[in-house]
Amino acid sequence: MNILRAIATRIATTLVTLFGVAVIVFVVIRVAPGNPIAMMLPPGASEEDIARLTALYGLDRSIPEQFVIWLGGVLQGDFGTSISLRQNVLTIVLGRLPATLELSLLALGIAIVLGAALAFVATRWRETPAEAGVDVVNGIALSVPDFLWGLALILTLGVAWPIFEISGRVSPTLDLPFVTQFYLVESLLRLRLDITLNLLDHMIMPAVALALPLAAVIAQLLKASLKETIRQDYVMLARTKGFSESRVILHDAMRNALLPTLTLTGVQLTFLIGGTVIIERIFSYEGLGNLAIDAVINRDLPLIQGIVILFAVLFVGINLAIDLLYAILNPRLRHG
Amino acid sequence: MAEAVLTRRRRRSWRLILSGGWLGLVVITAIFAPFIAPHDPLAQDLLLQRLPPAWMAGAEPGYLLGTDGLGRDVLSRIIYASRVALTVAFVAAPVACIIGSVLGLLAGYYGGWVDQIVSRIVDVWMAFPPVLFAILLVAVIGTGLHSVILAIIVIDWIRFCRVVRAEALVQRRMDYVDSAHIVGLTRAAILVKEVLPNVLPAIVALLSLEMGIAVIVEAILSFVNLSISTDDPTWGGMIAEGRTIIHFAWWVLVFPLIVLFLTVLAFGQFGEGLKDRFDPVLQ
Repeated sequence: MNILRAIATRIATTLVTLFGVAVIVFVVIRVAPGNPIAMMLPPGASEEDIARLTALYGLDRSIPEQFVIWLGGVLQGDFGTSISLRQNVLTIVLGRLPATLELSLLALGIAIVLGAALAFVATRWRETPAEAGVDVVNGIALSVPDFLWGLALILTLGVAWPIFEISGRVSPTLDLPFVTQFYLVESLLRLRLDITLNLLDHMIMPAVALALPLAAVIAQLLKASLKETIRQDYVMLARTKGFSESRVILHDAMRNALLPTLTLTGVQLTFLIGGTVIIERIFSYEGLGNLAIDAVINRDLPLIQGIVILFAVLFVGINLAIDLLYAILNPRLRHG
Repeated sequence: MAEAVLTRRRRRSWRLILSGGWLGLVVITAIFAPFIAPHDPLAQDLLLQRLPPAWMAGAEPGYLLGTDGLGRDVLSRIIYASRVALTVAFVAAPVACIIGSVLGLLAGYYGGWVDQIVSRIVDVWMAFPPVLFAILLVAVIGTGLHSVILAIIVIDWIRFCRVVRAEALVQRRMDYVDSAHIVGLTRAAILVKEVLPNVLPAIVALLSLEMGIAVIVEAILSFVNLSISTDDPTWGGMIAEGRTIIHFAWWVLVFPLIVLFLTVLAFGQFGEGLKDRFDPVLQ
């Protein structure tokens, strides 16, 4: 019974958070100086034209009135029309979302593999220079943000030794026979591996840049957790059976240390997704973040609102999912 | 064991010396920029466009790190740009630190409705991608150094608030707080005299880290052309220009990037070093 009430409270606070985000975005961008309608029309437009278009977008009403109208629309799935692109906001945003999701998930995968590998090296060769080396790498990866990693990668593997593509999501000359925007997934399903490779060629560097700080966090937590685990009886037992130290760490210790570590990195995942905004800009990757920056520069109010709300839904959704997962996995919380 | 602690401590003090040394160098460069910079950072010379660094073929003596697309001296621009970066670091980060720490202390120590309100606000803030939030705020307030600083304060106070609140929650349950109660100290007095000193090491480390983050946020805003005017040198602005001409003049991107990299790394490592210095276990 207790857990149901905890879940209900948690979902209620999530809704309050989303409402707070909606209010803040709505108010902040309406306080902005500069008339977005005036930017849409040619310089010689008459006062009446401006007034007519302002009324069409509902911008002549008071801010609370606009908010109620907008919120009513949002609850029915209507996010309005983009001023700069003159298209339905939801259509545009959902069209760009897959690109950002694929990039984020690729980065997450790289972060987990890299973090686990670093933790493994530090545990397998503990108290040797290898462990000290991993600590130094972790320290650097943690204090340097994705923005700088992205630029450093462009310079090294993009320009000095041109191995990977430095801009875009896929080569424009390529003919894409796809029905969804999930290019990477669809190219794999259709076995168009030439396209998969081309996509990865574009995505590897931004994904690694996003992954590095998270990989360091995972490596640190996992290393601490492994240090505990390798002293447990069942790991000792595996060792006395004569299995090699590497096998004992990978097969016995890692399995039990990995899951708790990953549930602790939930907030970090939202940081990773937040990082896509600037990383997509650096790599001219056509995702949601790049679109968001354009929307801000063009003062496209409905589009900005739509994108920020979508990011917020994504973030609180991830946090909610991880909390619930944690409650289910942890028996102490379940009965607490 | 004692040996291990000793080597660790030795490694830590190297960390403080190296990072502190670099930060000191940047501060001195920023203060004495007019005396150190070999050229006017704004002087354009279209005959000297995209000169390579001094050690490469085709270089011009006197332009050590080459020139950018408008013939401006890269070294001089990097030197002057350190002023913007440090202004942001030393103004925005401390203000964010004070606001966040005070709210975090109050929320963590008093709990109840204070904690409820502060925690809900933090939840809302956490639901924004920070970079997008910063870009949005600066676009709304208007570009310029003041807006950049204001945006960083508005966004990053929650970093301090979250950490300090968690620390204060732990400290509140400590025996020494109960003892102070018995001795007859008021709650406010305990908060300031007993709890705050114990939370301070975490705050100091975070402040140093936040200065690095502030430098990065300024660079990102310059990169998307929303910081100060495009003529005035900023590391982010130089990087943005370098990114567009990367295939013709890599040095316009490389040198400001290296300086930015080292500065951010130094702020982070300096904070970690300070935290260890305060850590009673390693003393």
